[in-house]
Amino acid sequence: MKYQPVIGLEVHVELKTKSKMFCGCSADYFGTEPNTHVCPVCLGLPGALPVPNRQAIDWCRMIGLALNCQLASFSKFDRKNYFYPDLPKGYQISQYDIPFCDKGEIILSSDKKIGITRVHMEEDTAKLMHQLGISNFHFPKETTFPISNKEKYSLIDFNRSGVPLVEIVTEPDFENSQEVVEYLKKLQQIVRYLDVSNADMEKGDMRLEPNISVREISNLKSQISNELPKYKVEVKNINSFRFVEKAINYEIQRQGELLDKGKTPIQETRGYDEVHNRTVSQRTKEEAQDYRYFPEPDIPPIRISESQISNLKSQIPELPTEKKNRFIKDYGLREDQAFQLVETRKIADFFEEAVKIGKKFGIEATAIANIMINKRVDWSRMLPAELVEAIVKSKREDLPAMELENIISEIIKKEGSAVTNYKRGKSGSMEFLVGKVMAQTKGKGNPNQIRQKIIEKLGEKS
Amino acid sequence: MDLIKLTISEAKKGLKKKEFSARELTENYLERIKKLNPQLNAFITVCEKEALESADHADKLILQGETWEAQPLLGIPFSMKDVYSTKNIRTTAGSKILENYLPPYNASVYQKLIDSGAILLGKTNCDAWGHGSSTENSDFGPTKNPWNLDYVPGGSSGGSAAVLAADMTIFEIGEDTGGSIRLPSAFCATVGLKVTYGRVSRYGAISYASSLDSMGPMGKNVSDVAEILSVIAGSDSHDATSSPRPVEDYSSSLNQDIKGLKIGIPSEFFSKGLNSEIKDAINKALQIFKEKGAEIVDISLPHTEDGIATYYLIASSETSSNLARYDGIRFGNDREYFGQEAKKRIMLGTYALSSGYYDQYYLKAQKVRSLIKNDFEKAFNKCEVILAPVSPIPPFKLGEKIADPLQMYLVDVYTVLINLAGIPSLALPCGFSKAGLPIGMQIIGPQFSEKSLLNVGYQYEQATDWQKMKPEL
Repeated sequence: MKYQPVIGLEVHVELKTKSKMFCGCSADYFGTEPNTHVCPVCLGLPGALPVPNRQAIDWCRMIGLALNCQLASFSKFDRKNYFYPDLPKGYQISQYDIPFCDKGEIILSSDKKIGITRVHMEEDTAKLMHQLGISNFHFPKETTFPISNKEKYSLIDFNRSGVPLVEIVTEPDFENSQEVVEYLKKLQQIVRYLDVSNADMEKGDMRLEPNISVREISNLKSQISNELPKYKVEVKNINSFRFVEKAINYEIQRQGELLDKGKTPIQETRGYDEVHNRTVSQRTKEEAQDYRYFPEPDIPPIRISESQISNLKSQIPELPTEKKNRFIKDYGLREDQAFQLVETRKIADFFEEAVKIGKKFGIEATAIANIMINKRVDWSRMLPAELVEAIVKSKREDLPAMELENIISEIIKKEGSAVTNYKRGKSGSMEFLVGKVMAQTKGKGNPNQIRQKIIEKLGEKS
Repeated sequence: MDLIKLTISEAKKGLKKKEFSARELTENYLERIKKLNPQLNAFITVCEKEALESADHADKLILQGETWEAQPLLGIPFSMKDVYSTKNIRTTAGSKILENYLPPYNASVYQKLIDSGAILLGKTNCDAWGHGSSTENSDFGPTKNPWNLDYVPGGSSGGSAAVLAADMTIFEIGEDTGGSIRLPSAFCATVGLKVTYGRVSRYGAISYASSLDSMGPMGKNVSDVAEILSVIAGSDSHDATSSPRPVEDYSSSLNQDIKGLKIGIPSEFFSKGLNSEIKDAINKALQIFKEKGAEIVDISLPHTEDGIATYYLIASSETSSNLARYDGIRFGNDREYFGQEAKKRIMLGTYALSSGYYDQYYLKAQKVRSLIKNDFEKAFNKCEVILAPVSPIPPFKLGEKIADPLQMYLVDVYTVLINLAGIPSLALPCGFSKAGLPIGMQIIGPQFSEKSLLNVGYQYEQATDWQKMKPEL
């Protein structure tokens, strides 16, 4: 039977604010000594109170604006109650029914719209380290508590506790893993353009949770075509775009096989096992938590005025899609060229700067685009002006094409035995021919280009 | 001179004139505590060593010419309900869960007090987590009422009022979530102020119910309370719910004429259930206000009856979440150490927040809370302050209400409304029952009317002698 996958996505993006979400501790925890970026607030000590980070809220809203969301004029934080050792307060401060942003979209290259349900703000948890064997960890000298099980114990590092997280939830609009990956790359690019997160997968700046279900194609033709499957499977612990693709493909196949056998997959949370490329059941619907959300009484509701919204909008830089369209229009680039040149803000800015300088030397934007895309020079180590200089120089050194043609024809005629040897498979002979041509041009011209031309010429003859 | 009977201004005067040193003053109180605490069980922790060090430091500063303008409470001993985090001084919230907890930081209120030169004598007993109206729910044993050791001092800040009544301290900082400052003040004949929500920082005070918790001063008279409020009030960058409103000078505005002041009397507070001795005492107080030219206005607070149910739903919901952090991982003792009352409220709150019950309980309670706020807003269109009893009954005997939790909850029927509305209320003594037990009243005002409430209270206090009466110990 044929099935259509129905996929939605939750993405957590860690913001790169200086301080944490609700206290003044540094939010930069990567590679730091455990429990050095902590205070009463992020340790959840008795009596400590959260004070929201304005910068984080602004950035969350900017992400929302960049995803074409509506901003809520009145919003609030809520408590999500559950017990876990990495959650020092016994609840996570998150947002429940009034997120800062909702109803946005991202448009894929196929023009398909992926709906953004909501963009909300929350705090990260501490990090648990499950230890096997006492030798893995050197306890401080002053440690007096007994470790009853010297073989197996867990440690908590609170440096990550309270780091600002933005959660971006989509509608179940994806139909395959490729769409998901394209969406993720776009999202990653957008938050990097906004300069609000490093969005580095390896460092856990971006965490992905797809929920997947499948429905029979035959159903689509009937009246209930828009009805969602009665279950969904959420997959956790995915830390790369490659694994999200694999996990989704695995789930589509697994669920399809179950349906083929006449069974309905159960609603559950599964974890991705990257070693065996499979998903494993973690928690079923029956064990689902009741988070007992209620408004966070320690933080007053948060409002935003129209003028504050305009102010935020004015802080949003030109985003990749707009930039790409402008590059095509203003510089006459092809779609694929423009796409590559807007990959990062750094590349795009370099290109535009080089174009500006190049103009004075009569160098076309397309020429700069070509040289950057084909990486004929290592421009990443150059200034835009240096790139232009290099182009100007190489142009000057270029031989007129006809002259080079003539020299090559002459050498081929003259060095008949080298040509024969090359044709018999003696590759060294080609280098001999190139050398002869270069001697004739007195060093001008690009050896690779010359080699290519000789091969073409020899090809014509045979 | 009997150093333990001093008010703040008297103690300051003595220190200024060098009639005694801060060390002498502190030693007198420490001695008094040593003598009386075994009977009263009002202190959970006495920090003798730290207190004497602070006293010596204060004496040094006084010798160097430090002024009371710069440090308004320089050399004045005080104590705090054991919910305020005090760095390296045990802070238990009256619960065995925190039996061995030494906070690594100071509550903002405590920091302000030590910055103004005050000397902490110790931490006073309370119902664990503030859950209670008699201090019988303390995991460290109940506090006794200094006026009669068979009776409760009220709660949850029972230790705070008891140490004031017994002259074991000069002033106290209590905490009021549903009446926890005012009920003990009424039961022990001391003065206590529940401030407007947001007037005093909550940072570092162990949370009971975050949207209701109010930090406030307790003292032996109104002017002391006004002076303490001037020190502890104000916005705090560590508390997002603290108000940016500027702090007023509460002491200098006492003694304003109250001629023409409109005092509202809520009919619902004087109907069935109010003890007749308390009713009589309040009526006598009204007479005094009338003589001073105040005008009495009948008002109505129609949702009075819904107060207890609303309060217990909201407070329990919030406390069920606030107490989740005591999960056995970090504070030594696990959740088994919660007492009966805490367990009861955690279960009640967890239930009220559960999916399927949230709308019916928590959300509905929030809606009623809005109605209660509206009641007060309407009432304050007709009057400037409201005069009311603090509790429907005088102090009761230890153990008397333990078996009947609903009766115990109803003791707070007149106080919880004020917390739900987020408004201030000043409790002060207004008489004694035939059995010789204190009776208190409360003067309630609109948001941020502390200055006016303190003035009205001061006017009453000047016309009476209740604050001069002391229990025999």
